[in-house]
Amino acid sequence: MTAAASHYSYWITVLLMVAGLYIVIARGNLVKKLIGLSIFQTSVYLLYIAPGKLIGGTPPILAEGFRLYSNPLPHVLILTAIVVGVATLALGLAIVVRIREAYGSIEEDEILAADRAAERRPAESR
Amino acid sequence: MTDSQLIAAALAVPATGAGLVALAGRWPDARETLTLAAAAALFAAVLALLPAVLAGARPELIAWDLLPGIAIAFRAEPLGMLFALVASGLWIVNSIYSIGYMRGNKERNQTRFYACFALALAATMGIALAANLLTMFLFYEALTLVTWPLVTHHGDAEARSGGRVYLGILLGTSIGLLLPAVIATWAFAGTLEFTPGGILRDAGLSRGALAALLALYMFGIGKAALMPVHRWLPAAMVAPTPVSALLHAVAVVKAGVFAVVKVIVYVFGVDALAGSGAADWLPAIAGFTIIAASIVALRSDNLKRRLAYSTVSQLSYVVLAAALLTPLSVAAAALHIAAHALGKITLFFAAGAIYTAAGKTQVSQLDGIGRRMPWTMGAFAVGAASLIGIPPAAGFLSKWLLFQGAASAGHWLAIAVLTVSTVLNAAYFLPIVHAAFLREAPGGEPAHGEAPWPIVAALVFTAAATLALPFAVGVPLGLARSVAGIPPAGISP
Amino acid sequence: MSAEQLPALVVVAPLVAAPVALLARRALPAWMVATAACGFSFVAALALAVQVTSGGAVSYALGSWPPPWGIEYRVDVLSAFVLVLVSGVATVVAPFAWASASAELERERLYLFYALYCLCVAGLLGMTATGDAFNLFVFMEIASLSSYVLIALGRDRRALLSAYQYLVLGTIGATFYVIGIGLLYLMTGTLNMADMAARLSDISSTRPVLAALAFITVGVSLKLALFPLHLWLPNAYTYAPSAVTAFLAATGTKVSVYVLLRFYFGVFGTRIVLEELPMSQILLALSVVAIVTASLVALWQADLKRLLAYSSIAQIGYITLGISMASREGLTAAVVHLFNHGITKGALFLLVGGVALRAGHAGFDRLQGLARTMPLTSLGIVIAGLSLIGTPGTAGFVSKWYLVLGAIEAGRWWLAAFIVATSLIAVAYIWRFVEAAYLAPLGGATPRAGEAPAAMLVPAWILVAASVWFGFDTSYSVQGAARAAALLLQ
Repeated sequence: MTAAASHYSYWITVLLMVAGLYIVIARGNLVKKLIGLSIFQTSVYLLYIAPGKLIGGTPPILAEGFRLYSNPLPHVLILTAIVVGVATLALGLAIVVRIREAYGSIEEDEILAADRAAERRPAESR
Repeated sequence: MTDSQLIAAALAVPATGAGLVALAGRWPDARETLTLAAAAALFAAVLALLPAVLAGARPELIAWDLLPGIAIAFRAEPLGMLFALVASGLWIVNSIYSIGYMRGNKERNQTRFYACFALALAATMGIALAANLLTMFLFYEALTLVTWPLVTHHGDAEARSGGRVYLGILLGTSIGLLLPAVIATWAFAGTLEFTPGGILRDAGLSRGALAALLALYMFGIGKAALMPVHRWLPAAMVAPTPVSALLHAVAVVKAGVFAVVKVIVYVFGVDALAGSGAADWLPAIAGFTIIAASIVALRSDNLKRRLAYSTVSQLSYVVLAAALLTPLSVAAAALHIAAHALGKITLFFAAGAIYTAAGKTQVSQLDGIGRRMPWTMGAFAVGAASLIGIPPAAGFLSKWLLFQGAASAGHWLAIAVLTVSTVLNAAYFLPIVHAAFLREAPGGEPAHGEAPWPIVAALVFTAAATLALPFAVGVPLGLARSVAGIPPAGISP
Repeated sequence: MSAEQLPALVVVAPLVAAPVALLARRALPAWMVATAACGFSFVAALALAVQVTSGGAVSYALGSWPPPWGIEYRVDVLSAFVLVLVSGVATVVAPFAWASASAELERERLYLFYALYCLCVAGLLGMTATGDAFNLFVFMEIASLSSYVLIALGRDRRALLSAYQYLVLGTIGATFYVIGIGLLYLMTGTLNMADMAARLSDISSTRPVLAALAFITVGVSLKLALFPLHLWLPNAYTYAPSAVTAFLAATGTKVSVYVLLRFYFGVFGTRIVLEELPMSQILLALSVVAIVTASLVALWQADLKRLLAYSSIAQIGYITLGISMASREGLTAAVVHLFNHGITKGALFLLVGGVALRAGHAGFDRLQGLARTMPLTSLGIVIAGLSLIGTPGTAGFVSKWYLVLGAIEAGRWWLAAFIVATSLIAVAYIWRFVEAAYLAPLGGATPRAGEAPAAMLVPAWILVAASVWFGFDTSYSVQGAARAAALLLQ
């Protein structure tokens, strides 16, 4: 196997990262942006976890006959990162709900247009 | 009180005075009494400091370290004492005048006016007594900021645009040029202490670098109004006349030229600068400012504007004198600070008196006014004579020293400039005097007499002082001599 | 309590206070808990600052797991300096928040505000105190998530969109940071920053390490609003509740600057950051552009709060400019400006919060003749504004002094000229306020209800006084910054 192919997890990481970032930038729908953001964050989980796993490695418990251990620390770290990611997503969605209540839309261009319209009539938005 | 305490008092009295004036705002009489009391107390403190300085002592007050290695520190030395003496003494006269003027013209916001005025004096004392460049810079900036409310006192569109020019040029030059110069001096010399002989002597700077640094200082000290950074001064004329009189003929502009002399004498060092030739360009700029400003003054019909440009021109006398880098000329520079202060404040007082009594602002309106306001116009004539340099008025003395210094330096350009400018001075002042006394007043004007008595008293006093200075010249001349490092018997005016 | 526990206590106090405030379910007890926790942290941070100045860095092993295996809290002169700033500002803003948030938020949900405030303080303090790179990420997210909510609480509906935009950009920034840490972990096998630095010295030029540097730089720069990654900041600061704006402006970006300093000089080391990669040139160019454009944009704003937000971007440019010099003077300037600007901008936003309380918002149409109805507020804005300009006698002057000194000592005269020239733009935008407040006649929209309540005015004036105090007495700020700079350049 060539080096590039054996490290295919990195390719997936990069793919997810770029795809997620692209969605965040390219989409005008606030929920879709959040989905992109989540995909982007997911790439990091893979970046951490994949190198921690050794082929044939076991959990690091000292015992007879087991010499090859996987590194558990990245898993623990990513558990934390997943929690953070979920919290971010939840908060993001909550804000989107509030935006929808306030503007009646979750399309970025419509919201910005509404703001511009309100600025021309400053009394109402304040 | 010890001398250090006197220095502290000189700074604290006007500052506290400002606070008390602000508190007493509701009772005009108490407020103005407080202003006068603060002025008198300040003058007393400065006077009490004088004997020690004349005797050669240099009392110090080190307040605290502002930056590691640079303290807020004060030291009474001859040049600073001369400046402090002039500013604090004239504050008393000017306060009396202000009372007459502000009441006579029913100005608004008088409390702010008196409070800012006292603060301006505190900042002026800080500049005069500063022992290092940073302390001087601190109070220099403070002076700009506390005089801004005075310049924009009327608050109308004209005051606002005048205030913008004032602040823009003064802060622009001081932050943009003076501050880098101060920091560069710190980087090169490792000290900012004013030291006889200069602190940049051993910094090993090339002639070009020294000249560039000097240029940063000369144009950075915008208050000295060297062309082309002079435009703030005419802009400041939108202020009430007492402000123009004390601040923009004495305190602020003199702070500028005072700083110029300080920098040349105590930062660069007269001998070091003369030896390097880095200041060769300065007399030319100063000379140009003298002539050009005089010509503008000649063409200005507005009396205050004419006086302002006359100030620009006279300030450059001091710069020119310092830039000649001879002991005599440096003494002349110091003396001219005092002489011009007395003469110009008299002229501004007179301009304010004319405005208060007759509501006139233009030179062309002054025909025959001398007959209605003989005291005012008499004082005006004395002030004008002093600035032209007609003996026995004070201006003659400093001009004489200046000619001597230029001659001893063999600087023929300077002599030529001085000669031409004397003619120009006469050309823009004497017609006013002539018109006031010898022309007929136009008919059909409402009759008016002199301005309120405090105004007249103040301007008569300064006119008398202008005439008296040459006869009581011991103190200023002694101070001026020791600035230049001339032994007491070195010059005979 | 002993000195070894202080690094943890500083962070734990507000962290514990948050759920307590949540459980209190009423505004007053929640506010008291929050204020007490912030005050406790401030005292602990001061004690720490004294401790590290005399006795060197203090290390605390969380759960008694010794570093580098466990998470280490490590406080040295630089982190103690930032801890004091953050906890100090938090303590001053807390009483302000009582009056300001009560007016801006619904009363029955006020306790949530204080819980979030505690979380945000805890996150920022944790970022500063921790010595573990991944733990830093966790605290960064604690601070960020709580600040997204705090911003979304603003009265204007545009606050919601600002919070959303900040959430997206902030999350991208944090994720970039965590990618960088992942790469570093792959290369070194450690997350402890000191340990990481030691192990990086052999492999510092490898591509993953350089990529990590790039990811961390971009991620942290998003958080600190370095041009051109500043787009989230103006809206977030403008529409957030006043107390939140003041607190975040004074501390949020500053802690991110601290993280950048920590990684550049503490982890990667000057050799790789400054010699192998042109980071100082990049930072210099970005700072210069940030200062000019943000200052000019600030000049044209119709709202004082927004003007100050753009001014913040410019001022952050001065801080990164100091970092880019990478000299003793430059770093001293960066650290001291971080402190001075934190105080000054905090004071300004608190005062503007008072105006917004009385007038609804701080548009210039509401500021005409303000000095007559709110004289103390106006005077405070002028004084703090002078500090922003860098007038001598104010804290801002001290920063500017060291910045210009650093430029001159590096022989970069053009940079010295640039720094002083751009301060003049600050004069122009501050004087817009001065002319409006003092010279303009009383406008129809100007609030006439008088000064803001004392609970708002007093905290604001404490910071105004501090921004003058630290212009005269620099023994704490400059010497602390100089020690920190020396530590970074070791």
